[in-house]
Amino acid sequence: MSTYLMRRLMYMILILLGASLLIFLLYAMMPGDFVTNNFKLPAERKAELREIYGLNKPVLERYMNWMNNAFHGNFGFSLSQQKPVLTLFNDYIWNSFLLAITSTFFTWLLAVVIGVVAAYKQYSWFDTMVMIFIFAAMSIPSFFIGLFLIKIMAVDLKWLPPGGMLVTGSNATGMEYIKEVVHHMFLPVVVMTLLGVGSLTRYFRSNMLDVIRQDFIRTARAKGMKERVVLYRHALRNAMLPAITLIGFELPGLFGGSLIIEKIFNWPGIGQLYMQSFTVRDYPLLMGFTMFIAILTVIGTLISDILYHVADPRVKL
Amino acid sequence: MSSITGGLADTKQTAASPIRSSLWRQAFRRLRKNKLAMAGLAFIVFMFLVCFFGPLFSPYANNKINPAIMNQAPSFKHWLGTDLLGRDVLTRLLQAGRISLTVGIASMIISVIIGSILGAVAAYYRGIVDQIIMRIADLLLTIPSLPILFILGALLSEWKVPVEYRMYIVMLMLSFVGWPGLARLVRSQMLTIREREYMQAAIVLGLNDRRKLFNHMIPNIVPLLIVISTLSIGGAILSESVLSFFGLGVMPPTPTWGNMIDAANNLIDFEQHPWLWIPPGVAIFTTVIAINIFGDGLRDVLDPKQKK
Amino acid sequence: MKNNVIEIDHLSTYFYTEEGAVKAVNDVSLRIREGETVCIVGESGCGKSVTAMSIMGLVEEPSGKVVDGRIHFEGRDLLRIDKHELRQIRGNDIAMIFQEPMSSLNPVLTIGMQVMEPLMEHQKLSKKEARKRAIELVELVGISRPEQIVDSYPHELSGGMLQRIMIAIAISCNPKLLIADEPTTALDVTIQAQILDMLRQIKEESNTSILLITHDLGVVAEIADYVIVMYSGKIVEEGDVVELFEHPLHPYTQGLLRSKPIIGQRQDELYSIPGQVPNPLELKESCYFYDRCEHCMSICRTQQPVLHSRAGRQKVACWLYEEGVSHG
Repeated sequence: MSTYLMRRLMYMILILLGASLLIFLLYAMMPGDFVTNNFKLPAERKAELREIYGLNKPVLERYMNWMNNAFHGNFGFSLSQQKPVLTLFNDYIWNSFLLAITSTFFTWLLAVVIGVVAAYKQYSWFDTMVMIFIFAAMSIPSFFIGLFLIKIMAVDLKWLPPGGMLVTGSNATGMEYIKEVVHHMFLPVVVMTLLGVGSLTRYFRSNMLDVIRQDFIRTARAKGMKERVVLYRHALRNAMLPAITLIGFELPGLFGGSLIIEKIFNWPGIGQLYMQSFTVRDYPLLMGFTMFIAILTVIGTLISDILYHVADPRVKL
Repeated sequence: MSSITGGLADTKQTAASPIRSSLWRQAFRRLRKNKLAMAGLAFIVFMFLVCFFGPLFSPYANNKINPAIMNQAPSFKHWLGTDLLGRDVLTRLLQAGRISLTVGIASMIISVIIGSILGAVAAYYRGIVDQIIMRIADLLLTIPSLPILFILGALLSEWKVPVEYRMYIVMLMLSFVGWPGLARLVRSQMLTIREREYMQAAIVLGLNDRRKLFNHMIPNIVPLLIVISTLSIGGAILSESVLSFFGLGVMPPTPTWGNMIDAANNLIDFEQHPWLWIPPGVAIFTTVIAINIFGDGLRDVLDPKQKK
Repeated sequence: MKNNVIEIDHLSTYFYTEEGAVKAVNDVSLRIREGETVCIVGESGCGKSVTAMSIMGLVEEPSGKVVDGRIHFEGRDLLRIDKHELRQIRGNDIAMIFQEPMSSLNPVLTIGMQVMEPLMEHQKLSKKEARKRAIELVELVGISRPEQIVDSYPHELSGGMLQRIMIAIAISCNPKLLIADEPTTALDVTIQAQILDMLRQIKEESNTSILLITHDLGVVAEIADYVIVMYSGKIVEEGDVVELFEHPLHPYTQGLLRSKPIIGQRQDELYSIPGQVPNPLELKESCYFYDRCEHCMSICRTQQPVLHSRAGRQKVACWLYEEGVSHG
């Protein structure tokens, strides 16, 4: 168990080091930076600022600096917002998390229920409808469905706000505040759920189909168990088992926000922050964000592995 | 000596081919029975035909700018209206379809070629080669692909890549983020095949490497590759549209479905001229759904593991 | 004369494939008496397992379907009662043991839970009582340390132990009929003997009737009272085990018995019936065995023989034994 974990951790750190170098080089390749791109500044002031921010040092030295700071828990300083990157993340991440956790909850709920029922009634009209729905959900261009729903629900029907998290200039508190946020969350959550539910439903459906054909399901029926018991105690448990690994893979999505959805719905999350910083080439923030997601991805994979080992009595670490 | 083995391989090939072709024929017969998949295929063919030949019959194919008829709503003359330069939206939609479909297919082909070669090489040679290839793939899979694509897209703009070349570079960009997943899949599939009884039998029989690879391993992953390739066209079309929508992919005047939706970034066009951006969105959606349904039908008949 | 526990009349179960309908069980009738062990023998694909699944009502729909017949059990027709009623019979009055003990138990539930389930469902025992009874049952099937075993998972036990657990589950509600579908095929020879012993013991102690499905004539000789030989979905011969082994009538039964090695007699080559089982999709009006039969006559190719009684309880479906058929 411990040697396995140690090996995994070592590999994780190596991959992250590789990722950090790659990310840094990618951003370093980008010509122009926050200072040079700013037309308002006079040339001398630019040179001065570049000196201050260390932008004129060789790439490798800048990378070493960046990594050194990162190891000390300092992911740099956002030039456009004049705040430490981590502070900014902390400001925006919880808004992203709110959207992500809500839509993830609905995605899983819908996927499990629809997937199980569709598998149980394979080849029925319900199953066919589900399959078509799954393909539709998997084929939607996210930005387009977002725009389309805003146009219909917000612009034309005026039922829901077109974007943001609160009404502009709102100072609602308590229940009023919650109501306002929920009102604004509705559309982005619908879109995010729609985008995720297709592949997950399909996953549960096919897992369930595999499990239903197993010998032990036949045994359960031969014992005279109720169909409900066969389905939920015997089949679903086995079908959920591999799904546990997915929980880890959800991690980057839960905390990393969604670049497209937050941008389209003008949601003040970390993805939207990234998109804003992208236009002004705020490298510390961009690199920090990309690295942050890479870290989440690696940790998520590790969690998935561990969860799988914990959940399945057959597998021992 | 080599000519003798070559001859032997040839007779083996001809002896085996009737069986192989009948397996394919059986698969296609089953595919034809799948109404949903056939509808998907029919739609894909239709989309190709109208995008590649439709503009030839359009009186507005020259994209002439005509301020007199700008931003007109759909009418009998202009079925999907006109844009702010007075160009026919339907004609542009079809022309954009050519680019979007081409980019989708080309980037699929490139990433399938890179991914399957690297995956096969890794699985076949194992050891250090496998380590290097798979660690690079792991690395690329760790970094989120959308930011990578954004950076690469921004680089193109900064480097002032001529607009007409951008579409080719977008293909390469999409392949760059697409191959690691494919390589991993092909590798694991190859490793599974290696462990199968018939491969063990081939090893016991002392078949040489080339025979093992070409007669036994490659034919066994071709069905999977066909399925994955089909499905990844849909993904590539979606990615291209995202990039182009954010102005980081293919740029005007080269029209693509993604950059046509860019019209929605303009508040007035978004609210008052929906015919500018809804049709390309619907085109993306319907094309990708058709591809996915067809790909799934293919999977049912070609990938025996998934067969029900 | 003992009563019949179950009477099956004209059972037909078909499977529907892309190429056409397969008559897996084709007009099969059989009776099982109280305390009697009936064996169905035949090659794989002859319909013996499907017969068992049809009795249990476990034929996979919609690909398979019981198309005709009656199954009388305790005054009811199992094919015509509703699902709810059938479910109360399954695992309670009729229990079943399967071929693969390794895959027949749920990998994520404890052994105890799986033994307790039918007890709580059919006997309405509380969880506590069921657990106590489960431990007794596990001990009864000859497993030591039953208290620990009930808390373990299937992957922690060997195949032989798992099959014992399957038997414990099957006998938990004192069924009148125990169906065992190739219960020893997946096990080592020494374990096979132990499992067969256990089945015999169950039959003797609680007068349970057993329907045992096997392709192994050794198993038949050891445990059966009555034997049914199936070929391509039909019964070709049946009779008391001694009669049938001493005077097999049907050429297929004769072939089966000849292909069994006999201890003390070394042969250079073991006999095997020539030819192959016919494709179930291409069955025509004929004896299904005609092209492998060394006594094949012209009538065998065009008409199907019917199962007719011979001496004692023995029955055979073969033109060789019909009056007025020209031999040769």
